Amino acid sequence: MFKKLSQKVQVGVLAICSLATSITVILIIIFLFSEGISFLGMKPTEEGYVLAVNTKNNLNSISPELCKKVFDQEVDNWSQLGEKDMPIELVNSDQIATLYSEEAIGSEMEYLDTCYNDYVSKHVGVFAVMPKNYVTSKFKGRVVEVQENSIASFVRGREWFPTAKPIAQFGILPLLMGTLIVSLGAILIALPLGLACAIYMSEIAKKRRRKIMKPLVELLAGIPSVVYGFFGLIVIVPLIQTLFHLDVGETALAGSIILGIMALPTIITISEDALRNVPNAMREASLAMGATKWQTIYKVVIPYASSGITTATVLGIGRAIGETMAVLMVTGNAANVTLNYLKPVRTIPATIAAELGEAPSGGIHFKALFALGCILFLITMSINLYVNFVSKRRGVK
Amino acid sequence: MIQIKNVNFYYKDFHALTDITMQIPDKAVTAFIGPSGCGKSTLLRLINRMNDLIDGTRLTGNILVEGQDIYDKKVEVEELRKKVGMVFQKPNPFPKSIFENVAYGLRVQGMKNETEIKDRVEDAIKKAALWSEVERILNNNATNLSGGQQQRLCIARCLAVEPHVILMDEPASALDPISTAKIEELVLDLKSKYTIVIVTHNMQQALRISDHTAFFYLGELVEYNTTHDIFHNPAQEKTKNYVTGQFG
Amino acid sequence: MKAITKQKIVFSILKVMSFMVIAILFLIIGFIFIKGIGVINWGFISKMPEEGMLKGGILPAIVGTLCLIGGSMLFAFPIGVCSGIYINEFLKDGPLKRFMRLMTDNLAGIPSIVFGLFGMALFVNKLKFGDSILAGSLTLGILALPVIIRTTEEALRSVDDLHRQASYALGASKLYTIKKVVLPIALPNIITGLILAIGRVSGETAPILFTVAAYFLPKLPHSLFEQAMALPYHLYVLATSGTDIEKAKPMAFGTALILITIVLICNLLANLIRAKFKKK
Repeated sequence: MFKKLSQKVQVGVLAICSLATSITVILIIIFLFSEGISFLGMKPTEEGYVLAVNTKNNLNSISPELCKKVFDQEVDNWSQLGEKDMPIELVNSDQIATLYSEEAIGSEMEYLDTCYNDYVSKHVGVFAVMPKNYVTSKFKGRVVEVQENSIASFVRGREWFPTAKPIAQFGILPLLMGTLIVSLGAILIALPLGLACAIYMSEIAKKRRRKIMKPLVELLAGIPSVVYGFFGLIVIVPLIQTLFHLDVGETALAGSIILGIMALPTIITISEDALRNVPNAMREASLAMGATKWQTIYKVVIPYASSGITTATVLGIGRAIGETMAVLMVTGNAANVTLNYLKPVRTIPATIAAELGEAPSGGIHFKALFALGCILFLITMSINLYVNFVSKRRGVK
Repeated sequence: MIQIKNVNFYYKDFHALTDITMQIPDKAVTAFIGPSGCGKSTLLRLINRMNDLIDGTRLTGNILVEGQDIYDKKVEVEELRKKVGMVFQKPNPFPKSIFENVAYGLRVQGMKNETEIKDRVEDAIKKAALWSEVERILNNNATNLSGGQQQRLCIARCLAVEPHVILMDEPASALDPISTAKIEELVLDLKSKYTIVIVTHNMQQALRISDHTAFFYLGELVEYNTTHDIFHNPAQEKTKNYVTGQFG
Repeated sequence: MKAITKQKIVFSILKVMSFMVIAILFLIIGFIFIKGIGVINWGFISKMPEEGMLKGGILPAIVGTLCLIGGSMLFAFPIGVCSGIYINEFLKDGPLKRFMRLMTDNLAGIPSIVFGLFGMALFVNKLKFGDSILAGSLTLGILALPVIIRTTEEALRSVDDLHRQASYALGASKLYTIKKVVLPIALPNIITGLILAIGRVSGETAPILFTVAAYFLPKLPHSLFEQAMALPYHLYVLATSGTDIEKAKPMAFGTALILITIVLICNLLANLIRAKFKKK
């Protein structure tokens, strides 16, 4: 009786343990997305500040991106915002302070709100940034709403500048581009090398040589990414700098090279497996007809293993997209929208790693980084599901 | 004519074939029989050097195909295999279309002319007695054919290269009786044009289709004679015991 | 061109490319070994960092990494092994088993920085462990889970069913059979998984950035709720954001060498165990 019970308990414990990965994945989804989604719907304005215009102005709301352009004076006429043709007059507390006399403002700036009120009511073209508490019932201007973060503004925004004041910029485009071009470059480097190595190990090399190479390739996978990053920083970055006569060697190219090396073991191991799984009967059939070994490899063996090789490539890309430390160390981390491999770029994982430490917990920046995490999670998750789907279909065959 | 002279063959330390000497005549069917592990398949695979692919093997003696020592350094193994085709125990079509399977050998040889390839493919499939069954589905995947059809496709694939010798390694052992009968019929049909060597564990099959039979036991050639004599008038006690089914 | 000539050319290209891959490995390891070996001495591994981490040793980073290895394995190894046993021995082939495996694969595919985010949200903030060895160990532990589960499953699968049947035939229960027959046979391979997981965990940086790692903390940790330095993060700091990056280079090479040595030993050990028990 007792024995039976104890057995049941033991099996129960095993069963609970087996749920660990599923629970973890679910928890990751919950925590990541609860923070990430609450980023949407927040306003990227500096805490405690509002935007205000003259009451004759019709502007009700403005997107964060346009707003930034106004502050950078890229947009300097109201006609560009769909209003009447007149210049935009930007004012903030510093400017108000120079426009009014010291008596009007008061020795401790205690009348600054009155000055704001006066200025905004008198100038039609004004675009003012002012403390929120100045907006009282006496205020004669109109407050302009800054549009909330949305998926559209997040995905389409061309600028990532989370500490910009008074309007932070959370455009993911440069980060997405950075991630993609670095990963693409990595795979362009890793695929030919990795495939060549896999073919050599599985089809050409003698058994003994393969036995030596295999653990070495595994070792390549074992080297920590921070060591790769360090190596890249000390060797690859200066090399690129001198080779292309650049001011800085921290470029997308450096990231691609290091990531390419890091993706090699994934590509080699999985495509070698796929090649070795090709039945020997296929090779014999081809060779028996007088085909050379190479003809057999590229006409029979590689086509037969093609779905495995695709899987290897996709997983290699996945590895590259998610890699953090090495990229953080060698790509220069400038959020550029560029296709130039000789320019610094910044990837999504590197952004999270570099900025999370400085983002106050629970703030909009913090949540934006979790939103980046969500995107990363979705990308890698779909890669995994795709690979699983493909390998299952192959299994059925 | 295939001449096998004093052939010894080793897998690492294992002496797989001992001092084999025999002559295989042209345009006839020669069967290799014997219990499993007797070396019959090994010898067959030596004739088109398929054993080259296995590490740690060693060969002494000579094998001559049409007067040429095939293990001579000057011989290119690819050229040899074009002359000496092979059909395997299990049908092994490529996962390509029926047409491309048969065209494979031609493309490997560098043939570019599509009409010529088409003619040769059709010709080979006809010779393999498969044309009426696949005529309309040449672009279907070959792996969807039945086992018997697949094996005849493999024979067609082999014929397309126009070999002089065809080696068959238990070509019907994985097939049902009806498909087997078709393969046997095909072999008899082909022997007017090709030299055929067939390995079989099925003695009735050897009796039905071969002109000469060689009996192997433990890596040695025990007896080699016309099929009639091997089955009805064996010179060796061992041969007699084997063909009458007393061991095997 | 004759097919055979073409083959010769292609094969030599493939061979050269393969050797390039191996050469890259030796280049990285060799480079760090040559540059780092001069720094390594007893003082380097037994002293606190001094003078803005430009002098002295890296003892707290080594101890911190050891704590994280210990903590994460204490958590992940038993759970991972139990999970592997349950999935392989108790679950029947079917959607549930496939789902479990899919989840394990998914967890393995999640980028390490996402583990960092998750560890921060759950362990540091929600459970209020703060930046601590506990939070870091748990984060690294869940990262290592898939490695341990997979190797455990593989190890169990490679145990011949004959052994199980022999035990059942003698009237032993399933649980007893697993404990007394299956596990002992699979143990060496399961240990391989543990070692590989240790190698993985000791080199991970992104998951510990926001859960435990301290920039500079010249003392040894006394409790699970303290921050700690760790080797990979220390290397990152020395290489990118120290007080004087040029002068910190020798220290960085030394740290990288220690880190790589740990990984090398883990890999070597795992391969040795694998090779030894394969023969039997």
